[in-house]
Parts: sequence; structure tokens; C-alpha cells
Amino acid sequence: MLPSVESVAEALRTKAYIADHSLATSIFLALRLNRPLFLEGEAGVGKTEVAKILSQMLDTRLIRLQCYEGLDVSTAVYEWNYARQMLQIRLMEATGQVADSRAPADAPSDGETQQSAIQDLFSDTFLLRRPLLQAIDSRGQQNGKAPILLIDELDRADEEFEAFLLEVLSDFQITVPEIGTIRAAVPPVVVITSNRTREIHDALKRRCLYHWIDYPGFEKEYEILRAKVPDASERLSREVVGFVQELRRGELYKFPGVAETLDWMSALTALDQEELTENVVDETLGVLLKYRDDIEKVQGQTVREIVQVLRKSAAVAE
Amino acid sequence: MHSTVHPPPTTATGGNFLQNLLLFARLLRGLNIPVTPTQILDLVEALTQIDLRVRAQARDAARAVLVNRQEHLELFDEAFDLFWRARERQELARFNLGELLQQTPQGEIQYRLVQANREQKDDRQYLEQEPHVEKIYTYSSAEALRSRDFATMTEYELQQVKEFMQQLLWSPAERKTRRRVPAANGDLLDLRRSMRQNVRYGGEPLVLARRRRKTERRPIIALADISGSMDRYSRVLLQFLFSITHALDRVEAFVFSTRLTRITRHLRRRDIDKALERTAGAVDDWAGGTRIGEAVRTFNFDWARRVCGQGAIVLVISDGWDRGDPQMLEQEMDRLHRSCHRLIWLNPLLGSPSYEPLTRGIKAALPHTDDFLPVHNLISLEQLANVLAEAQS
Repeated sequence: MLPSVESVAEALRTKAYIADHSLATSIFLALRLNRPLFLEGEAGVGKTEVAKILSQMLDTRLIRLQCYEGLDVSTAVYEWNYARQMLQIRLMEATGQVADSRAPADAPSDGETQQSAIQDLFSDTFLLRRPLLQAIDSRGQQNGKAPILLIDELDRADEEFEAFLLEVLSDFQITVPEIGTIRAAVPPVVVITSNRTREIHDALKRRCLYHWIDYPGFEKEYEILRAKVPDASERLSREVVGFVQELRRGELYKFPGVAETLDWMSALTALDQEELTENVVDETLGVLLKYRDDIEKVQGQTVREIVQVLRKSAAVAE
Repeated sequence: MHSTVHPPPTTATGGNFLQNLLLFARLLRGLNIPVTPTQILDLVEALTQIDLRVRAQARDAARAVLVNRQEHLELFDEAFDLFWRARERQELARFNLGELLQQTPQGEIQYRLVQANREQKDDRQYLEQEPHVEKIYTYSSAEALRSRDFATMTEYELQQVKEFMQQLLWSPAERKTRRRVPAANGDLLDLRRSMRQNVRYGGEPLVLARRRRKTERRPIIALADISGSMDRYSRVLLQFLFSITHALDRVEAFVFSTRLTRITRHLRRRDIDKALERTAGAVDDWAGGTRIGEAVRTFNFDWARRVCGQGAIVLVISDGWDRGDPQMLEQEMDRLHRSCHRLIWLNPLLGSPSYEPLTRGIKAALPHTDDFLPVHNLISLEQLANVLAEAQS
């Protein structure tokens, strides 16, 4: 359905996601070769967005697994519904299907019925499917298509989970001891993201197609802004992008990501701004910069300088 | 030598195609970008899916399959361009890998690695013939050695210290992770196991399975000053970094004088002399001036977010003679302090009874450190081991 790299780039564009050529190639190959796509980059450059857009593009379900330390099988893969199981046991006792455990030991009990009752307890009805199982199980499909499995911020999970994930990704099957092995008929499209707060093990990365998403250049960020906030004025958009690009050239502890640029744009639009003015920039810096040191550094003098340079270059352009 | 230039292979059926790929992989390995045979097979498959006539597409595909670290991207692109230009096998063979490596700043380090690799092969024979130092120290000489200042040691004593240091036991404090593991008398209930165990009693909860939170040793990050004023201690401190790198699994080591260099990878070599030699090769500002503030700043900006997670303990090893801006040092130490679990400043001068922390650097940094400890003899290292073990929350 997406026959070439160009068609992927085009499809992304129609969903207002501006990707450079190498990202489009990686996505194309991930779909073609059925390989997980490993996206790394600073916060707010649109890693998670890729998975969301892919699910829209392919018209299929998005299953998201947010990672955190201590993520284990019962939250990532499956869990038994204990409350229901207990109720079921009481019910079976009441209807005499199984012997009441409190009954005297010599009470008649049919071993076979007991056995099948236990089997019923660990059947599909009582299984809670968590994201990984949903993605592999055929129930995760929509329109008969495999879902997109987004494993978000894998760097937050611990090494134990990483090792488990490696196993799942290599053959797309999960074993539930009481039920058996569940294998994906059509493997899901897997997108893994990482903010690099910790290095992910090479063994896992090697199974994936790796792509580093950088901060966009002026033209690309401007395109993104126009695509996402089309009703903002062209002039303000240019100034906003120019300002953010200038900030990224400076020495800040944490650079603003594209997400921050978009937030800032919405903030300025909400304040009915037509162009950047020093005061409004000073007041809204908190949308762009999230560290007090950074804000103090930029506020005032630096803001003034950047805005003046932007104004000058705008005047030259006109 | 051939003067004609053949076009690059354009189809997967081309006879030299696979051979060229293998050559390319060899080139990458020469640049210390690890490439596995599986990755090459993957690449063959990937290349059949795309338009090979478009060079950028071929490169993007190769990059997506073969590279899995951001720091390798630049080097990879250079290698790819080089390879594409070298259309004939002979021509590629003539390429000087060293030259390519020196083109990027990161390449400088890689270049040294390649060099060192070669040298190591050369003198392996010689190493085997080297006689082992006899270990004959008596208790009393060992006692004396323990309290002797590193700076006043003779060459022979330094050798002994090396042996001693590797016998020190390092067990930094543990941290409770959020992962749960089964435990007979844990404080949390394990419903899944309880349920399964109690099925045999007809679902009557007779036995309760329990779990507790798993503990894990805290990672250690060391930033060591190797500027001129620290010269007498640098060697021993590197040995110290080597021994903790090998005694514990999560250690990150950096050295600085005018700029910060990460030496974790070099220290991981098994042989201590080789490891120290490589480290020396990777650092180009030995015994230079000191800019602690800038070094800490570089660490904060480029590394803290990547290595300071999981409640790390940070060791800053320096005498505090700083020629940089004290205000910046204070600000950066404050930032560092906030991003780690415990910040320990180790100062070799603290061993002298008359020493008082009066230098501008120390004064600026002290309010932001949790511990201020000496590191001038073996006893002080043993003390450090105790402090690390007690650095509980």
C-alpha cells in the first residue's frame, strides 16, 4: 500500500507530519521488513508522534505501552482477573460444581469435575490482556490489520524489562503457562522511543532500525508550524521559529523541542499576538524553557537582542 | 593500477554486490562501528526494497540497519561517501583508514584506538616474556604503605599500591528499585502467585505469597582532575578508577583539566597497564590548567541526563585549584548536586593536617557537596569504600 519511500514521505505530509528523507526511509523499511523502528532523540522532537501518525496512515489501532522502572509481566503482558476468579470459585461452590473446601475431608468429590473447574478458572474469560499481549493477539487487530505497538520511553524501563522485550520482539510470541503460547498471525508494527536518559543495550537496538531524530532546521520547523497551526499569521510563525532556532544556538541546559515551539505558538495566538514583542516573550518564556537557570539567562537582554535581530531581518526580507 | 572508473553496483544481482557489502562492513568495523553478519543479511534484504539508483536512499537504508548509536552517525556518513567513491576494490584497499578517522573530532579518539589495537598486537609477544613482580611484602611494610601519601611514594611502592587497590572491596549502597521480586517475608502481597498456589486448596487463601522491592547497587560516576597541580596523584587515581570500574558493573569515569574526556570505555580493558595506556592516549590535556566549573558544566549538559539516572553517586576528585570562574563552578556544582543521589568531593590535600579549604574553587563548591573526604593514601580509600557503602537514602 505504500510502495516507495516517496509515498511514505507523502503520506506523512498529508497527516501534517514533516519528516526528512532518512526518517521516511527508515519508516518504509520498518514496514517492509517488519522490523521494529527505534527512535532516539531529545524530548519533544516528535518521536511518539511517529507512531500516532503511522496508526492513522495505516488506519489501524495504536497500542501504547508507557515504560517505567519496575514494569513487569503483569502490567505489560497479562494478568489474571483475581476478583472474578474468586467470585467464580464461590459461585461454583454454591452450585455444587466444586467441593466446598471447608467441608469435611470425606465429603464426596469428583476429581474430574474439580480439574475442569480449575481449568475454567484459568481460561480466556479471566485473562486481562495488557498492551504487549493485545498487540500480538489477533484481537488487537482492526480491519484485519496488525496494530501499531508503541513502546514509549524505553529508557525509563529497567534492564530486566529490556531483556524480556528482546525475547518478545525476536519471535512475536508470548507464553501464558496456563493457556499456552500465543503467536502473532500478523506481527504488529513496533515503534520504540527513547530519550536517552540511559543507554539501551545494543542487542535490542540491533534488532531494530535505528533513527536519531534531531532538532529541525529553520525551514523544516517552519513547515511543521505551518502544518500544525495553519491559522497563525505567517509573520508570527517566522518570528517564532527564528527565535527558537536562535535559542538552540545558545548555551542552555535544556533546549526547547518542537513540542515547546508548538505550545508557544498556541500561547501567543491565544494572547492575540501578531508579532513578537519583548515583553510578551519575557512573560511567556516559561512555555519554551523549563529550567529556572535557563529562563533567567535569556530573560531581558538576550530576548531583546534576538527580537531586534529578527525584526531587522524581517525588514530586509520585505 | 586501473584508470577506468566503473559505476557503483546498481542491482542486487550484480556479481560484486555482496562482496562490496562485506568490504563496507569491514571498513565500518575498522572504524569501531560494530557490524554483525546478521546486520549484513538484513541490509541485503533492505536494499532489495528500495531504489538503489538513488544514493541518498541507499545510504539512509544502510544507516538505519547498520548504525545503532547516535555517536556513530557522523563517522558512518563519511565512511559511506568514501566507499561510494572507491568504486574498485583495489582503490578501497589503498585508502588510509587513519586519514578518514582523523577527519572528525570524534574520529581522533577512534584513530588512537585503531593505533593502539595495532601496537597491542605487536607487543603481545613481549608481554608474555615479562617477569611477574614478586609479591613479598610483610605485614609491617604493608601497614606503613597504607598510611603513606601517594605523592611521596617510590616507583616500587606505587606498584604495590596497584596490587593493593585491586584487593579493596567495593560495595556501594543499594537503592530500592520499583521492580518486585518474590520473597518469603516480603512486605507486599503477590496476588498472582497466591492465586496459583491456593488453587489446590479450592481457592481458599491459605498461603499468601509475598514480594518485596528489589534492590540494586547505585551507579558510580567519577570526575577526576588531571591538571598540573594533581600530577602527583593522577596515576594512582587512574588506578583507583580502573579498580572500581572492574569491581562494580555500573561505573562511568571522566577526567578533566581544561576539557572533559570520558574514559569509561578505555578503563574497561582487562589489563590494567593497557587500560591506563589507552586512557593516556585518549586525553590530550594532561597536566594542563584547571577549569573545574567548565568541566562540570560539560558533564551536566552532555552526560548527566544519560548517566546520572538510577540514583547515582558522583565522585569529584580534585584539589580545588581552579583557574576558571568560581561563580560558574558554584552554579554547576549546584546543578550536579541536584541531579545525583550523593555528591562526594575527594581531595588529596585534605590528608595534610594543616590544610584548610580556602581556595576559591573549594569555597564555591563545598556548600553543594554531601561529603568532603581525603584521598591521599590507601586508608583514605578504605574510608571511601565505607562511605559509599553507607550512602543510603
